[in-house]
Amino acid sequence: MSAESTPRREVVTGEPRRVRPLPRYRAQSEIDEQTALGGAYVRSLMRSQLRAGLTAFAGLALAAGTLPLVFEALHSNAVVWAVLGFATYPPLTLAGWWYVRRAERNERDFARLVEGRPAP
Amino acid sequence: MNAPGHPASVVAVALVVLATVLVGGFGLRISRTTSDFYVASRTVRPRLNAAAISGEYLSAASFLGIAGLVLVHGPDMLWYPVGYTAGYLLLLIFVAAPLRRSGAYTLPDFAEGRLESRQVRRLVSVFVVGAGWLYLVPQLQGAGLTLRILTGAPGWLGDVLVASVVVLAVAAGGMRSITFVQVFQYWLKLTALLVPAIFLVLAWQGDGQPRVSFDEQASAFRADHPLYATYGLIVATFLGTMGLPHVVVRFYTSPNGRDARRTTVAVLALVGLFYLLPPVYGALGRLYAPELIHGGDADAAVLLLPARVIGGLGGDLLGALVAGGAFAAFLSTASGLTMAVAGVITQDVLPSRGVRHFRVATVLAIAVPLAGSLLVSRVPVADAVGMAFAVSASSFCPLLVLGIWWRRLTPPGAIAGLLLGGGSALLSVAITVSGAVRPPGWPHALLAWPAVWSVPVGFLAMILVSLATPGRIPPGTNAAMTRFHLPEALTSGRGR
Repeated sequence: MSAESTPRREVVTGEPRRVRPLPRYRAQSEIDEQTALGGAYVRSLMRSQLRAGLTAFAGLALAAGTLPLVFEALHSNAVVWAVLGFATYPPLTLAGWWYVRRAERNERDFARLVEGRPAP
Repeated sequence: MNAPGHPASVVAVALVVLATVLVGGFGLRISRTTSDFYVASRTVRPRLNAAAISGEYLSAASFLGIAGLVLVHGPDMLWYPVGYTAGYLLLLIFVAAPLRRSGAYTLPDFAEGRLESRQVRRLVSVFVVGAGWLYLVPQLQGAGLTLRILTGAPGWLGDVLVASVVVLAVAAGGMRSITFVQVFQYWLKLTALLVPAIFLVLAWQGDGQPRVSFDEQASAFRADHPLYATYGLIVATFLGTMGLPHVVVRFYTSPNGRDARRTTVAVLALVGLFYLLPPVYGALGRLYAPELIHGGDADAAVLLLPARVIGGLGGDLLGALVAGGAFAAFLSTASGLTMAVAGVITQDVLPSRGVRHFRVATVLAIAVPLAGSLLVSRVPVADAVGMAFAVSASSFCPLLVLGIWWRRLTPPGAIAGLLLGGGSALLSVAITVSGAVRPPGWPHALLAWPAVWSVPVGFLAMILVSLATPGRIPPGTNAAMTRFHLPEALTSGRGR
């Protein structure tokens, strides 16, 4: 916790919230009104996100599924120590970082699709 | 047991307790609205929130339990910290952002919002309270053990002390204050293990680096089916984290789904960093406190080592630092859990809502596990926590994963999965704790590490019963899916 997290007290006024602004893009209104086309948009985003998640999950499951067998076969405490004590944590964080980048890219691509902008 | 009963340790514990109450009180000043109280008005940024989640998560099991298990059973026990960390990767890839975007306050809120069923909500509430209580008992018992070793005080005193401080801190400030308490306690816990560890390793090098041996005959076997137990542990910890009530509730404090994801990655790094330390204590404990291998209180290894290895005033002061960190561990996890359990009790058990009722619920939320901790005999803390993970993995994990990614989930399916998966895990844990089935043999192994079979049972029951009741798919399913998965920028025009 640092000093900068103590906020100065000041009055903040936001811009007035409209109850239901008109959708800016055609695709967004399709999604908002839950038409078949809008549903298809959402499904495509879910599929790409699920694919990213399952890729990371497959890697993790493969490692966690085989490591106990490998340890059993090697019968070496030094290896167990080195792998479980130290070596697993960096790959776990890196896998998380990779997933976040993929997921945010999927969302950016989706926003571009909805707003009708061309891919860069 | 020769205790490091130096007054410095008592002072350190007192300081941690005082700081927790004071930081909580500071939160009270800025905790004005109900939204502040429950979810810190959803404004906690990723780095602050990640430290808070980590501070809340690193419990007595992490601080004392892992070193104790490694000391007694050898390096295979390192699957515990790996599982506690990897659970956040699964939470990240399947749950974090959609859960935040669901806009619900608690797991029962999520269940009701997704499935539009009061019945499912009530059942989820029961499991949240059950898993929370299961997780609270070892925290309180760890506090009792620590205080007994430090001061020779009777075992119940630590339990009661932690329970009282938690009631004060939680009932007073709510989530806003807890956020600051947790952040403070993450860094305190890291320091309290890191600094003594550096001195311990230096002392070990001064001794000529004696080899730590984990040869087979010295390692007490913990299970007659060690490979099965290892897989049971992996499944429970990997899949259980995402449903732990005190972890889940913290995700609602993120401003949006993207920040919830980034928060989780930071948690992975912070938690992983912490877990590099307990194994050091386990290995050195094997060397310098070998009597603990057969003596029972192996959870005390972390507390005893500084005085044992370094000695003198330095050893006492480092011991005091460790004791303070241990108390931070009990207090942070216990307050987070109490907060989550009390939230559920307020909304689903007590008649009317409001902050005053929340305070009544807080007392209720901690009184039951306190009674449990005083009545039930001690199980090693990491094992006891492992059981809470198994229950969470078999009930909340199927509900969250299927609820977020599968459109055909129905309320009857969810109920079947919760009852068959979570119920059977809960029952196995109860039978194991009661001691009705004892090792050796498969019956004991299957009941003590239920996750290997109870998680598939939970998923299968949820899927099969949902497929059998296609007419009961909630009408709002498509809208819910859209809300869970669309970035906030694209849904901001619509009601939340």
